[in-house]
Amino acid sequence: MAATGEMTARARPVAAPVMGGEASARSAFMLRMACAVVLLGMWEILSRSGLFYGEVVPSLFKIVLAIGALLVDPVFWTNLRVTFLEVAASLAIGTLLGVMTGIVLGSNRFLMRAFEPYIYYLSPTPRIILFPIMIMWFGVGPSSKIALGALSAFFAVALSTAAGMRQIDQILIRVGRSFRATKWQMAMKIYLPAMKIPVLNGIRLGMGTAIITVLLAETKLSNQGLGYLIMQIYTRFDMPSLYGLLILVFAIAGASNAMIGRAIRE
Amino acid sequence: MAKAGAIPFTTRWMPEMFGIGTLVVAILIFELLVQSGVVNRFIIPPPSDVFLAFERVVMEEDILGRVRETAFEMTVAGVAVVIVGIPIGALLYRYSIWRRALEDWIGALAAAPIVLAFPLFLVLFGRSSTTIIVMAFFHGLAPIILKTVEGLTATRKVLINVGRSLNMTSSQMFWKILFPSALPVIFTGIRLSWTFCLITVVGVEFLINLGGLGQLINDLAERYDLPGTYASICFVIFVSVLFFVILERIESWLQPAR
Repeated sequence: MAATGEMTARARPVAAPVMGGEASARSAFMLRMACAVVLLGMWEILSRSGLFYGEVVPSLFKIVLAIGALLVDPVFWTNLRVTFLEVAASLAIGTLLGVMTGIVLGSNRFLMRAFEPYIYYLSPTPRIILFPIMIMWFGVGPSSKIALGALSAFFAVALSTAAGMRQIDQILIRVGRSFRATKWQMAMKIYLPAMKIPVLNGIRLGMGTAIITVLLAETKLSNQGLGYLIMQIYTRFDMPSLYGLLILVFAIAGASNAMIGRAIRE
Repeated sequence: MAKAGAIPFTTRWMPEMFGIGTLVVAILIFELLVQSGVVNRFIIPPPSDVFLAFERVVMEEDILGRVRETAFEMTVAGVAVVIVGIPIGALLYRYSIWRRALEDWIGALAAAPIVLAFPLFLVLFGRSSTTIIVMAFFHGLAPIILKTVEGLTATRKVLINVGRSLNMTSSQMFWKILFPSALPVIFTGIRLSWTFCLITVVGVEFLINLGGLGQLINDLAERYDLPGTYASICFVIFVSVLFFVILERIESWLQPAR
């Protein structure tokens, strides 16, 4: 999602607070821990208060047990594998098409003006509404989820690659030319290394949207995958497992994002 | 360098015209392929049928009522994120220890796939507009908080020194110096938040088959009304793009104020 990228990219430079040093970092950590304890305590009190019907707010103990039960259940791992394969395939297709489109748009001003506004303005639209079209084109199986995920990833990667292509230092290009580098050498030694960070950033954003889109598509129409599992648990009204599965899904999505983020930093 | 006014209109706008032309040609090619039977019309309807379906969708599917419903949900969630998000951002700016403690959590909230939790929200709030509004609120809250903090933090030191030299109170300092200076960045946060809200509102309407424009797409798809489905998707995309363009225009209008 372009919007997400814009936010996360700009949110980082928020200046460090006035108070600095190790002591303030420790204070902030302690405050964070205190907030976590208060929030968890409030949750537990609410769950025991009887204010909510049945298991709508289950106790933390039950949620932890449900997470444990999910982690030892082969059904969870089978569905996780399906979602993983769908996301991986969609990300691979979206990245390939996105990088190619980004390079074309980034290297040609005419084509950029002709087509980039379409990609830019379509990128923040809710992609899940295209799911009926994907079902008609690719059927109800994994292909429609992969296609929708690929479409989601495409926009972020294409826009990021195009921007990266335009930001390549002209000196690097002149150096390559002065060495009479071939087109292949220019691509491998100059363009791709210079664009590595924007492309990886695009992939990180694309992966985030691909994960969400694939999972949402699975909740809408599927018979496998984590999205399907969420709907199965919801239908059974097994609230501790629903909370547990959502926590696991959020953790997996966050960990994937963090992994690519670390790769970018390194 | 030639003046922009001296360049003929067609030359100046050639790339944009080429883009539109390519789109029109692609639509015509699809029309020919579908009409000649190369592409199955039960998978991709002829673009002419989709075009004609617009009138039917507008007349028979109460599109104005649906736009109103989506706009209502969007407005409530959008106003709520502004009312709640900006003060939280201002407080986090004011109390730096809280900012250090909670900023990462707020960042994580921004990146979290909250929309996936719609079954949970359905249990908590029932199958109603409230669910959609609450989800949109939570999805849109983080960007505005982060951008408010960013905007206030980026206030130029010289402006703050001017305020201090005039012995301004904390309140005066905020309303006369910090807030006006941060407004363009805060509006970027509002734009991002409202974009998140719109995506969530339409997406959840579609997923739970309730409400306005999202439900319209779901309804038509379930009836296997292909031209209607395509027309409604195009309509929703048009409304979304229009919304983003308007927000961007306002944002760029605010930028010189910085």
